[in-house]
Amino acid sequence: MTELIEHTADTATGPVVELSMQQALNRALRTLLSENGDTLVFGEDVGTLGGVFRVTDGLQKEFGADRVFDTPLAESAIMGMSVGLAMNGWRPVPELQFDGFAYPAVDQIVNQVARMNYRTRGAMPMPVTLRLPSFGGIQAPEHHGESLEALFAHTPGLKVAVPSDPGEAYRLLLQAVRCDDPVVFMEPKARYWDKRPVELAEPTEPVGTSRVVRRGSHGTLIAWGAMVHRCLQVAELAAEDGVELEVLDLRWLTPLDTEGLAASVRRTKRAVVVHEAPLTAGLGAEIATRVTDACFGDLAAPVQRVTGFDVPYPAGPLEPQYLPTIDRVLLAVQRTLEY
Amino acid sequence: MPQHASVGRGSITVDHLPPDLTRELYRHMRTARDLDTEAVALQRQGVFPAYVSVRGQEAAQVGSAAALDPARDFVFPTYREMAAAQAYGVDMVGYMATHRALWHGGLYDVAASRFGAVNAVVGGPVPHAVGWAVGERLRGDDGVALAYFGDGASSEGDVHEAMNFAGVYGAPVVFFCQNNQWALSVPNERQVAGGSIAARAEGYGMPGVLVDGNDAGAVHHATAEAVAHARRGEGPTLIEALTYRVEPHSTSDDAGRYRDDSEAERWRRRDPVALLREALTAAGHADEAALAEIDGQALEEARRIRDGVSTAHEPDGSELFTHVFREHTEELTRQRRTWKEEVEL
Repeated sequence: MTELIEHTADTATGPVVELSMQQALNRALRTLLSENGDTLVFGEDVGTLGGVFRVTDGLQKEFGADRVFDTPLAESAIMGMSVGLAMNGWRPVPELQFDGFAYPAVDQIVNQVARMNYRTRGAMPMPVTLRLPSFGGIQAPEHHGESLEALFAHTPGLKVAVPSDPGEAYRLLLQAVRCDDPVVFMEPKARYWDKRPVELAEPTEPVGTSRVVRRGSHGTLIAWGAMVHRCLQVAELAAEDGVELEVLDLRWLTPLDTEGLAASVRRTKRAVVVHEAPLTAGLGAEIATRVTDACFGDLAAPVQRVTGFDVPYPAGPLEPQYLPTIDRVLLAVQRTLEY
Repeated sequence: MPQHASVGRGSITVDHLPPDLTRELYRHMRTARDLDTEAVALQRQGVFPAYVSVRGQEAAQVGSAAALDPARDFVFPTYREMAAAQAYGVDMVGYMATHRALWHGGLYDVAASRFGAVNAVVGGPVPHAVGWAVGERLRGDDGVALAYFGDGASSEGDVHEAMNFAGVYGAPVVFFCQNNQWALSVPNERQVAGGSIAARAEGYGMPGVLVDGNDAGAVHHATAEAVAHARRGEGPTLIEALTYRVEPHSTSDDAGRYRDDSEAERWRRRDPVALLREALTAAGHADEAALAEIDGQALEEARRIRDGVSTAHEPDGSELFTHVFREHTEELTRQRRTWKEEVEL
């Protein structure tokens, strides 16, 4: 029998409200701005407008233009300014408007934010949380559908978080901003308007833990962001044919929950990693290696990957053919079952 | 447009400055000069893998750094700011450790020194200065950030972005460009469109000042004005200090491949340390005996720093892992165990 894990039910300590992910993130930012006067929210259009996805809606009005403010349109300076603010004791929560526009800021993110604590031997911590609307699925223009997680996960000194639903978004953002290390917080745009009951409660699990969102015994689907939802759809369909799939939401890509991955796959003996990013040198390769290392003797089949293709992220009509489909994931599951 | 220019005179004057200040400027410049000489020697002896000389830029660095208040301001250097660090009061054994390659950022306490870590990305720290300065205003404090960069870095997008941000926010920043006329092998005329870095300030709505970078008193005066301007809440200033890199880019460089040494020789004759020494005598701020005493103390200090950095302990291998994160991860703990078992044999 499968079991849907109600991750909010057992620790209910806060009010439960129906929120979209974008609203849940807004609630989290309000909590964070209220609890710590050092927290600052800034970026392109986050002030008066409230962000192009309205994640920062109303925050400037509530907390003032000193703590929630618009910046000129320059991603590198937004991240560079974050470094200086952190050096002066602030806790910056910058937003870069879209994934593809993080590239102009890579020097500041990789060469400066990620290394400043190291370079200064702990004298200058960087409690910076970069909020980055990420991934595809909304038929957006070029550079608005990219998956940069492998780049950030490959950068020493950064932590990387990806929520998959509104409740997770609320709790993970609280954790990310409170963390004294820099965190790249990748928000799956395709799930921004997904409404769920959200328990506005404190996170209870440590940074770097994954969660099982559906129990199963025939194989584990490993995903993050919008692909968690895709995997749940796959598991529903597979169950109709008597195949019980476990779905593991990684949540943190750095640090990676190797123990959690291994614990699941040891039980199910099969693993399929699903991500939107291109195949080659994607995070799926790292996960497959770790699972194989940890579970080699228990594996009934090689770890499979279902990913985007090694092509630039495509325009609207081709997007559904690029992103992992339910059928492609089911085929991968079948390969592991028939191996 | 630049507000004034005083470039290229054969002598300088310090008549307008207090004698105790000019003597201090001279002490720091003399110390930096002697330390620079020692550092080049340490590279020749194989103690430093490489070194970047500040020779000829002592007035630009000491004159500007000495105009700041190390108790409330903050300096954002790149990698050729040894004389500025010396004048600002940084622990110089810790500073020179970066040249012995003991730790990339240096081993001085960045927070206590209020002097950023040595940073090899030219232009990279300039937006940091803006962020720091914006943070200072938000808190209602009156500190000023000073960002050092060179003529090469003036081509970097980050420098443009930072100046625009500072202009928009009216942030208390002094953008201090040491134009030493050579970005490794590329001269100003192939680096700086329009011919003036200071003139760019107009586009950002801030004052732009061109100053003789070999005139310590002029640099100090220009910087002190810019600092006061920023402290009063009147926003940023761009200073271009025209000087010259008389040595090759680094000890690994061969300047003969791209420039005629006669040009460098002309600038060696406009040596900022010698110019200040003469001006001190002319102004009656110090006699020969007093100057000789300062020279002796400077040399002694330079040697103390030399000996300190030469004998400093190398970091323990475990420090590979110590500062990657504030909140440790199991993965790095595991890799640290691997290091202990497989590397530290």
